[in-house]
Amino acid sequence: MSDQTTSTSAPKIPAQPGPRSVLLEVDDVTLRFGGVVALDKINFQIYEGEILGLIGPNGAGKTTSFNVMTGVYKPTSGAVRFRGQKVTGRKPHQISQLGISRTFQNIRLFPEMTALENVMVGTDSRHKTSVPGALFRLPRRKPKPHELPQVTAASGIVRNWQQVRRTFAKTFGLSRHILEERAAEAKALELLRFVGIADRANDEARNLPYGYQRRLEIARALATEPKLICLDEPAAGFNPAEKEELLTLIRNIRDMGLTVLLIEHDMRLVMGVTDRIVVLEFGRKIAEGAPAEVSRDPRVIAAYLGEPADDAA
Amino acid sequence: MIDKIRSADRRRVGILTSVGDRWRALPKWQKAIGVVALLVFLYHLPYLGKLPGGLMIPGLNNLRTDSIEGGNNWAGVLFVCAIYVLVAIGLNVVVGLAGLLDLGYIGFFAIGAYSVALFGSVNSPVVKWIQQEFNLPPTWAVTWGICLLLAIVLTMISGVLLGWPTLRLRGDYLAIVTLGFGEIIRIVARNATGVTNGPVGISAIPGPEGPPSADNKVFGLIDAKPWYWLAITFVLLMVVLVRRLEHSRVGRAWLAVREDEDAAAVMGVYPFKFKLWAFAMGAALGGLSGFLFGSRNAFIDPTQFNANLSILFVAMVVVGGSGNMIGVSLGAVLLAYLPERFRDFADYRWLVFGLAMVLVMILRPQGLIPSRRRARELKDRAAEAEEAPAHV
Repeated sequence: MSDQTTSTSAPKIPAQPGPRSVLLEVDDVTLRFGGVVALDKINFQIYEGEILGLIGPNGAGKTTSFNVMTGVYKPTSGAVRFRGQKVTGRKPHQISQLGISRTFQNIRLFPEMTALENVMVGTDSRHKTSVPGALFRLPRRKPKPHELPQVTAASGIVRNWQQVRRTFAKTFGLSRHILEERAAEAKALELLRFVGIADRANDEARNLPYGYQRRLEIARALATEPKLICLDEPAAGFNPAEKEELLTLIRNIRDMGLTVLLIEHDMRLVMGVTDRIVVLEFGRKIAEGAPAEVSRDPRVIAAYLGEPADDAA
Repeated sequence: MIDKIRSADRRRVGILTSVGDRWRALPKWQKAIGVVALLVFLYHLPYLGKLPGGLMIPGLNNLRTDSIEGGNNWAGVLFVCAIYVLVAIGLNVVVGLAGLLDLGYIGFFAIGAYSVALFGSVNSPVVKWIQQEFNLPPTWAVTWGICLLLAIVLTMISGVLLGWPTLRLRGDYLAIVTLGFGEIIRIVARNATGVTNGPVGISAIPGPEGPPSADNKVFGLIDAKPWYWLAITFVLLMVVLVRRLEHSRVGRAWLAVREDEDAAAVMGVYPFKFKLWAFAMGAALGGLSGFLFGSRNAFIDPTQFNANLSILFVAMVVVGGSGNMIGVSLGAVLLAYLPERFRDFADYRWLVFGLAMVLVMILRPQGLIPSRRRARELKDRAAEAEEAPAHV
């Protein structure tokens, strides 16, 4: 996510032949709500560095499988493994620590907090300061030269004050709290810039326009330093130009070295950006493969368009 | 009519928030002068309207509660205001920041008061038992300073003990459980006669100079000014500490949990941990306040800690502006001061008080000074962000 990330669309990494390392494995996951089978023995893998699309008609179980992966629901049977570690049974914050992050289909930001603070909540998850650290500014450590308070004033009492602060920091060190705050703020701002909404960093999330809120969700999810980011219908309600921007953003995220799981209704968007697609219908996986293959699959066409009357039977 | 008042009110909120913005925009040295002026004002408050040589300033003098017939000692009222501000700041952490409705806050206040009474007073059964067990002289009791630490530690522990099983509950359910907690503490204090002296209460609770006696030079029973100065010092210290929490990872986690607990959890915040911390911090502040109350009163009994006070505490937070420390402090001061100042209305003052509360809730449901998240100071960095082209 450095400044070298360009706005030109990155070339698609061709599906490499041979075995690739599996990042996330959904293994025979079944989820029942009473008599309703929401997920029925779902099996699929997400490979490192790919963009996987998860599609299917409404009610197919896309968001439900998201919720299973991020610990919101516990599957009735089966398991989800992330880099060989079991995800099922862990609490949502532990799963976030493992490196899975997500956005929500119905935007769930922290409305009374500013955009920057929303993202900082995400960055905080990699930090350690808790109540004692924030209260007493402990533990302290020796700051690196660039972290020291700068003496900028030319002369006068302000300069003296800055010198006192610099000497103080040199002698007693800086608290981890301060360093983490700075790091969180800098990183949050960088992420806001990355998704292109840094101009409204200080606005409360509820006052942001819809498109900004969607992108803020992505920035917040990225802030937890995930390996896998799950985007739940990020383009819902976007116009074609905004969708185009989103495509670029998703590719940029992948180029940062992240793996992307994408739920999307807009078939053109899915076909344009994903490396592979998994299709769900009524809680079952009905197809899996490259976009071109999947779009020709008769079962997928049937699921989306219905069975042609003539060909039935 | 109400709509008209409300829209006028909205403009006033605009003015209020712009005052806040203007304050934040001031250079550091001007802010420092402002803070020093505020400190001088706060510490000078007991002398409000009085000039050396017994002269009175008419306008300011009328604000004092002892300017009316039968009014209470002014410094005494200020002391009560200060400990209520402490309560409001503590409850604001729980209700305003973490969004957990706690209707049993009086329980922590009582535990704070009882911890100085039980360990600091020679009349308490606990101290008598310790004297007997360890062959100590009958004048022995735990010193005030250690009682202070005990009060904070005990209330924090009780906060965690209350929170551990109950924080799984949300919203109204939590409110009901905490309401029960407040009552349990009071009833235990009344019935556990062997420990707390029950309804008889405990007297001779020490102050900083030891148990109350005529020899106490500073913290006596008559002059309340030193007590006020002590309480306001604690208030200022706690304001600094709570501000540190508010503007840290912890404060953000509290807000995130308040806004959307599930989303916060997915973003790596462990809601249970931070809610428990909010309970513990809130409890410690309530306990500190109760500690000062018991210490100043020198006598406590269970009737001083009934559930009505819990409701009053929540009212302070809600009227003042939940989530805003200045707002809740104002709420606490008003709710403690107004009934005292209008003592000459006799029994009608509670009616007026209730009416005023209803009016506030109709006209300003968000509180007198509503919370508004401080925009981060990003002066140079915001400019930098505008210059840098967006990458998308």
